[in-house]
Amino acid sequence: MTPRRKRLLAVLAILVGVGSATALAMYAFNDNLLYFYNPTQVLAGDAPEGRTFRLGGMVTEGSLERTEGTLAIRFVVTDYKHSIPVRYEGLLPDLFREGQGVIAHGRLTPEGTFVADEVLAKHDENYMPPEVAESLHQPTPARVEP
Amino acid sequence: MIPELGHFALILALLLSVAQAVFGLAGAARRREHWMATAGAAVAGQFVFVALAFAALAYAFVQRDFSVLYVAQNSHSQLPLFYRIAAVWGAHEGSLLLWALVLAAWTLAVAAASRSLEAPFRSRVLGILGLISIGFQLFMLTTSNPFTRLMPAAAEGADLNPLLQDFALAVHPPILYAGYVGFSVAFAFACATLLEGRLDAAWARWTRPWTLAAWLFLTVGIALGSWWAYYELGWGGWWFWDPVENASFMPWLAGTALIHSLAVTEKRGLFKSWTLLLAVAAFSLSLLGTFLVRSGVLISVHAFATDPKRGIFILAFLSAVIGGALLLFAWRAPRLKSAAGFEVTSRESFMLANNALLVAALALILLGTLYPLFMDALELGKVTVGPPWFNVVFLLPMLPLLALLGVGMHAAWKRGLLGAWRRRLYAAGALSIAGALVIGAGAYGELRPATTIGFALALWVMISSLLVPITRLRARQPMPAAVVGMVVAHFGIGLATLGITGVQSFKVEKDFALGIGDTASIGGYDFRYGALREVRGPNWRGVEADVVVSRDGREVTILRPQKRAYESGGNAMTEAGIEAGTARDLFAALGDDLGGGRWSFRLQYKPLIRHVWLGAILIALGGAIAAFDRRYRLRVRSEAREAAAVAS
Amino acid sequence: MRIPLRFLVPTLGFAILVGFFVVGLKRDPGVLPSPLIGKPAPEFTLESLGDPAWKLSPADFRGRHWVFNVWATWCVGCRQEHETLLAIAREDRVPIVGLNWRDDRALALRWLGQLGNPYAAVAFDPEGRTAIDWGVYGAPETFLMDARGIVVWKHIGPMTLDAWRRDFVPRLPAPESTP
Repeated sequence: MTPRRKRLLAVLAILVGVGSATALAMYAFNDNLLYFYNPTQVLAGDAPEGRTFRLGGMVTEGSLERTEGTLAIRFVVTDYKHSIPVRYEGLLPDLFREGQGVIAHGRLTPEGTFVADEVLAKHDENYMPPEVAESLHQPTPARVEP
Repeated sequence: MIPELGHFALILALLLSVAQAVFGLAGAARRREHWMATAGAAVAGQFVFVALAFAALAYAFVQRDFSVLYVAQNSHSQLPLFYRIAAVWGAHEGSLLLWALVLAAWTLAVAAASRSLEAPFRSRVLGILGLISIGFQLFMLTTSNPFTRLMPAAAEGADLNPLLQDFALAVHPPILYAGYVGFSVAFAFACATLLEGRLDAAWARWTRPWTLAAWLFLTVGIALGSWWAYYELGWGGWWFWDPVENASFMPWLAGTALIHSLAVTEKRGLFKSWTLLLAVAAFSLSLLGTFLVRSGVLISVHAFATDPKRGIFILAFLSAVIGGALLLFAWRAPRLKSAAGFEVTSRESFMLANNALLVAALALILLGTLYPLFMDALELGKVTVGPPWFNVVFLLPMLPLLALLGVGMHAAWKRGLLGAWRRRLYAAGALSIAGALVIGAGAYGELRPATTIGFALALWVMISSLLVPITRLRARQPMPAAVVGMVVAHFGIGLATLGITGVQSFKVEKDFALGIGDTASIGGYDFRYGALREVRGPNWRGVEADVVVSRDGREVTILRPQKRAYESGGNAMTEAGIEAGTARDLFAALGDDLGGGRWSFRLQYKPLIRHVWLGAILIALGGAIAAFDRRYRLRVRSEAREAAAVAS
Repeated sequence: MRIPLRFLVPTLGFAILVGFFVVGLKRDPGVLPSPLIGKPAPEFTLESLGDPAWKLSPADFRGRHWVFNVWATWCVGCRQEHETLLAIAREDRVPIVGLNWRDDRALALRWLGQLGNPYAAVAFDPEGRTAIDWGVYGAPETFLMDARGIVVWKHIGPMTLDAWRRDFVPRLPAPESTP
């Protein structure tokens, strides 16, 4: 094979390689973009059904329930306007606390329960995740609700 | 009193940094001997004062001076001495002071070791390092002063984050910073070269040991962080593609490409533009990492308490330094001429592929890390990019890279592979595939394509690396330190690949609810929950469980996971029980009291995971060995003598 | 001086990146928390929430630092930060003055009665004109004023103890020593 052919072959191989790699990467990308929604947005239908997303808000005081002796846990995530019940099986992070900010990772069932495969409580007990804080700062509504 | 002195020392350090920058750069431009000498003196002075400032802060911590706000926020009267000192760099302000100290130390080292360099070049290097010092010291003095007083003094400190009360994490920042900041040396060398406009290969020879040194520290720092996350964060993960982790990994990738590119520039005078750009990139990524972690634009579990006002400062600093360097590059680099050519199968070719693949990986990781920021800035929603994407995107360039690595190590410069090596490498290849099949089927009873490829590549790299000393010793050829270093480092890469493949393919992680006497089985091991007791530490109290692990009926070990509550904060902390082994790690973490005498446990079986960090240590060791090759020191000295002779 | 385009690519790419960072920082509440910082607190004369005959204005609080918290019963973040405000009020370092924004007087009073009242006084701003003067664009928002009535700090979003300790406490004077 002439040096020229060798080089051409190399370039072709690289192009094919890069092309397929890019395709794979793009495919994986879409699947792994995790959007954040608060309970109000979820109930308004903004969140994708059947796809994993992140649900964030505050853990409603007194909502944490365990099925005694098992790993099954239920609690409620709220933004004080709307709430979503969450189901989770497993260990909760150390910093998980009622009345504090939390972000859960999982899917919404058709019945409206959020089944979490991961629960994140970040930083320290006084910290509010920025997405949660931002969603809790709101401009005035059109009229005051009774 | 002492904190005020520390504050004052920092101000003096800033003044000296200004002197260092101004006299260094102006002195070189105007060829004024006095000015250039002043820059050198300023370096020493700056180091002394930054060290004094650091000592003052450390003193405040050791003495439990809660009238200093930063101390009150990060310390506690019950905190043991070691952690009181480590708390100095436990949060934003103090860690900046550590940055400044490490930078001053590197600058001093460069100043001391570079006396044989031509004065204007040396002066420019010190001047640029001075500019960077100004940035960090000014940042501290204007937005992040560690010496701010708290009046009235707090009666008790808020305690160091319990996560940080750990040996590995205490030493992690200094080592990591030694790496991050060390890249500033290569950066300064690159900028000085560009400023001079004289871009010969001698620059590459000078920069290489410094870059290797910084790079090896960064390697150790990253490995420490990963190891720490594994046993301390309680969940057995060792890499999360978290923005903070990526912030240290990206400079590492750039640094790896840089080391190899420097080799080519040094040996053959090629890739000059690439090498210069990589030198700028490595440090730029370090600065970028600093920005991402401290400004609040990205959300991360590990990020410092965010303050966007600081973000503005860092961003401005970042833009000035990186933007300036890139403009300098655009202005001067086109003058570079690389005349020589090389064969497709030559070493240069492999190095080029190496660079391209590393940069591709780097770019994709950067994209994934910054994507949430882009989306947020364009108001398209709040997203994070999940680990699976990073895994795919990192794997893709790495597969060909590992394959080429095994060959490229033996390729000759310019001309390409010689016949004898072809046979050896075919044999090594066959051995690797066979070995991968044996491990997969034999040790784990499973043959999966991805796993087999991973194991094969790992073995391939390891065997190929070992072929170097084997053939050299047989031929009674000498092995300079640089070659030994290369072999060790590449072997380490293979070992780490082995570990990663093993752990990702065959790990088992499951949560269980166990009552006393209950047993759970994973990975061929039985974990029996034996007992629970109360335990105490100097500033915490908690519970500890006995988990008896056995295999085929024979007891292997007893794991003792703990759940701790720290006096100061009431934060609960999980201390995992881990049994380390060459073939596998066994892992147990305590969850919560489930009531009815049952607790939740997370149990994990992690095959080959130790080799990830062992591999990393070998990589760093290889770098260290190579950095101290006599070639660099001798050659440099004789060059300097020649330069002096020519000048006179 | 002719620079081939490919050498400028890194610089251009970096410039675009910086552009995104600037936008990213700006979108983060708290970057430029308020153009009011360093300026005197905007004037107002409002009825107190509890007693319409009692009028409140910033001059009433001159001579000491004070905190101004914008809240409403329809505001979810206000509900969340309430515990924190109560805790801060218990510390008794500074008075917290409330601004009840675009709200219903009866609802607001009932809210405070049920949840506890951290406020030394609450100004009633049903039409939101005062809030506009203060640059308020959402609730909750919390301001810190010094003894001369200059706006020293603004916190956007629910107050946290973290933010209190980090941003407010260092800006307070040392309390008078009591004999």
